[in-house]
Order: sequence, then structure tokens, then C-alpha cells
Amino acid sequence: MSNAVSPQSSVRPSSGFWKKNQQTLAPWLFLAPGMLMFVIYVLVPIFQSIWISFHDWDGLGEQVWIGFGNYAELLDDDTFYVALKNNLIWLVLYLLSIPAGLAAALFLNQTVAGIRLYKSLFFFPFVISQVVVGLMFTWFYAPDFGLFSKLTEWLTGEQIAVLADERFVTYGIIVAGLWPQTAYCMILYLTGLNNINPEQVEAARMDGAKGFKLLWNIILPQLGPATFIAMVVTVIGSLRSFDLVSVMTAGGPYGSSQVLSYFMYEQALSEYGFRMGYGAAIAVVLFLIMMVFISLFIVRMLRQERNA
Amino acid sequence: MTLFKSLSGLALSVALFSTAAFAGEITINSDHSDPVPKKAMEELIADFQKANPDVTVKWNNFDHEGYKSAIRNFLTADAPDVVAWYAGNRMEPFVKAGLFEDVTDVWTANGLDEQLKSSAPSMTIDGKKWGMPYTYYQWGIYYRKDIFAEQGITPPKTWAELLAASEKLKAAGITPFTIGTKALWPTGGWFDYLNLRVNGYEFHMELTSGKVPYTDPRVKAVFEKWGELVKAGYFIDNHAAIDWQDAVPQLVQGKAAMYLMGNFAVATFKEGGLKEEQIGFLQFPEITPGIPVAEEAPTDTFHIPSGAKNKEDAKKFLAYLASPAVQTKMNATLGQLPVNNTAEKPKDVFLDAGFTMLSNAHALAQFYDRDAQAEMAKAGMEGFQEFMVKPDNLDRILERLEKVRARVYK
Repeated sequence: MSNAVSPQSSVRPSSGFWKKNQQTLAPWLFLAPGMLMFVIYVLVPIFQSIWISFHDWDGLGEQVWIGFGNYAELLDDDTFYVALKNNLIWLVLYLLSIPAGLAAALFLNQTVAGIRLYKSLFFFPFVISQVVVGLMFTWFYAPDFGLFSKLTEWLTGEQIAVLADERFVTYGIIVAGLWPQTAYCMILYLTGLNNINPEQVEAARMDGAKGFKLLWNIILPQLGPATFIAMVVTVIGSLRSFDLVSVMTAGGPYGSSQVLSYFMYEQALSEYGFRMGYGAAIAVVLFLIMMVFISLFIVRMLRQERNA
Repeated sequence: MTLFKSLSGLALSVALFSTAAFAGEITINSDHSDPVPKKAMEELIADFQKANPDVTVKWNNFDHEGYKSAIRNFLTADAPDVVAWYAGNRMEPFVKAGLFEDVTDVWTANGLDEQLKSSAPSMTIDGKKWGMPYTYYQWGIYYRKDIFAEQGITPPKTWAELLAASEKLKAAGITPFTIGTKALWPTGGWFDYLNLRVNGYEFHMELTSGKVPYTDPRVKAVFEKWGELVKAGYFIDNHAAIDWQDAVPQLVQGKAAMYLMGNFAVATFKEGGLKEEQIGFLQFPEITPGIPVAEEAPTDTFHIPSGAKNKEDAKKFLAYLASPAVQTKMNATLGQLPVNNTAEKPKDVFLDAGFTMLSNAHALAQFYDRDAQAEMAKAGMEGFQEFMVKPDNLDRILERLEKVRARVYK
């Protein structure tokens, strides 16, 4: 513990306590504003939501304590299971954006004339707003004039209105979601590829490794950190999928493309909703599901750091 | 409550808006964001200020969808003096929560019980009046006159005639009805009209106020009639993917011949390229003979929040709004019908037809999603949409709706 302040420059008389504990206190002082915000705007609302979820409340009148009533109702609500199932489909299919992003990154990681242009074009879907993505895909799928409907009509002689068909609607929205998500994963991998040790690749080549073998044994292990981050953002992104569902179908037709986050919004805040307690109960369930994944990631991250 | 407030910056901004209110100034919050209603509002406010030079009006105009959640914030946080809202059960939560002011005195002082007679029931809760209606519009079947003439169809007056007309159109390769159900509420129009014609207005009110189970055979009878159209393929395909405006081209291009809609749709038909003489309007046909005929006429209203700071001038504004001259001018701009029965109706063929129809009506329904409680309305219309896509699921749908009803109206 060497004192950083030289005796000459410390004109002001500083208190003994501050001098002694400066190094331990300084980081906390810097952290304090952020932590305060985190407590007020993240932690407290979480507990408030949990509190509200035990009440029957329309946002205006009295909060009526009903214990686990909202949760009991949730377990008996068909829409909840539809949303849960759709969230699961989202979770699994959304992960496709990781290999897709890797493929795009490998393809773009070449030195060809104009590659920067291609890179930016590939990155484009991530830049535009999810709402715009949703609208574009809504038109793409639209019956009568949508490109996709025309295509299916040409191929099968029959139109498939993806967003009006309970069998396809969730997949249709996920495809729209995969478009920007793939671009995101691609960027993560492109940065990862920049950091690859060229000597190792060279050495592997001299040992006769090429193609898939080279990728699997040399490149991919070095992309580990990028894959990890891509996993985290994709899993979290799939669980909080909201904007696309809201823009493209509003949970329809008849609730078949419902997901938990939209269901929560609809129950608590939409035109026909204002059941704050019920919405909060859904939020708590979603929170618990996310906690499972986040904990898994954190445990893994800690283990890696310890090994490193 | 604190969570709600801190979550919403909107509540804060509204609070900032209206804290400066003082006597002689009223603040109006409304959702007249579309060009035509906006113009009508601007005229109304200008005229009111001319008539009452001592009162200044501050107007906060919100967009439609945002308004529905914003109103809950500003009513509880820092209320303006006048707010726009809707009649019927839509205003009930606010009345029950004590957020709207009783304005019965404005009604009695101005003889409005007589002049606004048709809307009085939908403004009354617990025997008191809670707001001021200023406009409504009719619903009905708009059809292509030229297509009907080509196919030799006369406008149907009974269910049998409607079915016969539909069959003829279908055979000619024209879908009888266009509709877009993505936003759900157009399905409510169908359910309401079939219900009003099969069971009547009293049953509609009993059902929407939760007194009748959805598994009641009378409800099933409504779906049976509906099923006759759905199963025969008399509605356009893929309607669940499109909004009501997207369904209009079908009518304009002559692929479909009829559209059950509110009168506001006429403007869209004309923008789409239909001439006035191509569009016809017909009252929804009779189903059960002898049932007193009721119609749908959703009413728009203004209210005084109980937290208003300048209630005296706010009441002046409501009284002004109710007067025949003001309603005449405002509805001429809106292209809708004045509620005041001594006001002049706008000069328009469709409104004229609507005016005659509504003034002869046995009663006026506010529309399924305004008469039923919000949560029931949502579940109900989702069920209607499902029925229109999969009519065979009817029993499952009705059981689900009954479950919701049992919970919502305990």
C-alpha cells in the first residue's frame, strides 16, 4: 500500500481515515452512482413486481391481496402454455443464428475487393429497428401481394398466409427475428476471427490440416469467447422476444403466436388489459426462467476465469 | 402506485403540462390525432374560446393507442379538466374508481335528458350521468351497388335473402363478404349484429354485462347463423392476417361485394377509388322475426376527471359541447352523426341513411368491446376470430369464454 499522493502536492490537509482507506474506498465511490441507479431502476422494481404479483389490481383502485391467486390462475390459463411453448420454440430455433452467423463470418473473412461493402450489407439488418424488420416481413408474408405468398402460390398453387395460420405463424416470426440476430452473431465472429493467431493456423496447415478439420480443431476453439457471448445474447434475446410479435401479429391469430413477454404486456398494459397483478405474475415467471439461463452462464464464466 | 408513476415518463410530462392550470383556464386531453377529428377539435376549441373570452383552453392531443394507457396515468397523477373517452362499460372502471366527476347537473340544467335521449342510457351509471356524448356513427353492411345490379340481386332484408344473395355472388366467383380480423374488433361487429338480430338488445346487454354464460344455447344459436356464412366460405380467405383497411381493396376491386363496417369506412372506400353511386348501405337483415331492431352506434364522449382543478369552466365546456349548434358544426366536420336530436344532421347519403336507421332503432349498442369488460372483450373477440377460421372449434371456444366470464365478472 504505497500512497499515491506525493507529500509536496498534498496541500490540503486530508483526514486520516480517507488517507488510510483511499484505495479501498475509491472504487466504491466510482461505482456508487451506477449502483444507485441499478438499485432504484432494476432491483427495487423487481421486488415491487413480485409484490404486485400477489395482488389483484387494475392500476387505479385498491390493491387486493390474493396471495398466489394469480399464479394459480396462470397455471389454469391455456394462453400461458401456448406462450411457454412458443418461447421454447423461439429459444431453440433462435440458436440457429449462431451457426448461421459463423458461416457468414467465415464467408466474409476473405480479402477480396469490395469486401467491406459486403460486410456492411450483411450487417445491415442489425442496424435497422426491429419494428421495421417486423413490417418488412409482414409485407413479405402478406396474402395476395406479399412476395412469399406469390412464391408459395407459384410453387404449390395455393397461398399460405403465414401470419394467419396457427401452424406457421410462430416460425414465420422467428425467421424474421433470425435475420437481424444472424447479423449480430456474424459481427461477434468477425471480431473473433480478427484475433485468431495466424501462427497457429500456419502451423496447422504445415501439419496438413485444412478445410473442416482446420476449422474444427484450430479456429473454433479460438472463437470460444465469441461463441459464448453469441450464446448469451441469443438466449436472452429469444426469451424477451416482444417487438416482432407485437408488430407482426399482436399474438394472433387467436393467441397462437403469443410469447410470455407479449402476454405480460397484453395483460398489464394493453387496451384490454390493466390486470397489473396478473401481468406481474407472468413477469415473475419469465424472470425466473431467465434467471436459470443467466445463472448457468455466470457459473460457466466464473469457471472459465478460474481456469484461465 | 409509485411503481406505475416512476415507470412512466408520460405521467410525469402530463403532470408538468397541467400544474400551471389556474381559474379561467381549462386543460383538455384527447386523442383526436387523425386529421379530420383534429380539425373538428381545433374548430370546437376556437369557437368555445370565442363564446367564452374569459376561458383559455389548453389542449394536449395524444395518439390513439397511447391515449388508452396514458389516460390511466394522468387521471390518477395530475388530472386535466376535461378528457375524451367512450360511453358505456368503457367508462365504468373510471367511474367506479371515483376518477370521473358526476355531471348530472349539467344534463338537467340544459334539458339534455330530452335532447341527448338516445345516448342517455349509455352515459348513466348508478342513476347519474358521467360525461357528455357529442358524436356517433352507424354500423351496417356497405355493398357494391353495381355488382348487385349486375348479378340481379336486390338488397337482402331477411337472413334467407342474405344467404341467397351470398350464394349467387359466390357462384359468380365473387366472395360475398370482405373483412380483416387481425385487429380483432371487426369480428365484434359481426357477433354483435348476429346477436342483436337473433336474441335482441336486452340479451346483448345481459351477455356483455356477464349475466349469461357463454355456453347458453342462445349464444350457440348466434354462432350457428354465423357458421352458415363461415362454412360456406362467404368470407375472404386469410382475413386473420390483414387489418380492416387491407380488406377494402377486395371490395374496391370487385372481388368481394359486401362489408359490415362502421360509417367511417366510407371515406376509405372513396379513397380506394369507388364512386359514391357504386356504394350502397343496407341495414343488417332480420333473423328472428318480431325482435325489436337494435343497432350499433359507438358514442364518443368528454368527461370531467374528479381531480380537475377548474370544474366550473369544465362544466361550461361540456354544456357548450352538448348544444345543437356546436354538435351540428362538429359533426359536419367529422362526417358523423350528432347525438343531440335537435341538431342538424350532415348532408351525406350514408349519414342520412344512418340517421333514419338509428332514430328508428329500438336501442343502441355501443359495440362488443365497449359494452363488455375489457378482458372479456379481448378473450371474446379472439374466440370470434378463431371461430371464423376454425368453425369446428366452437365448443372449445365457448368453454374457454365461459371460463373467462366466470373469472372476470365475479
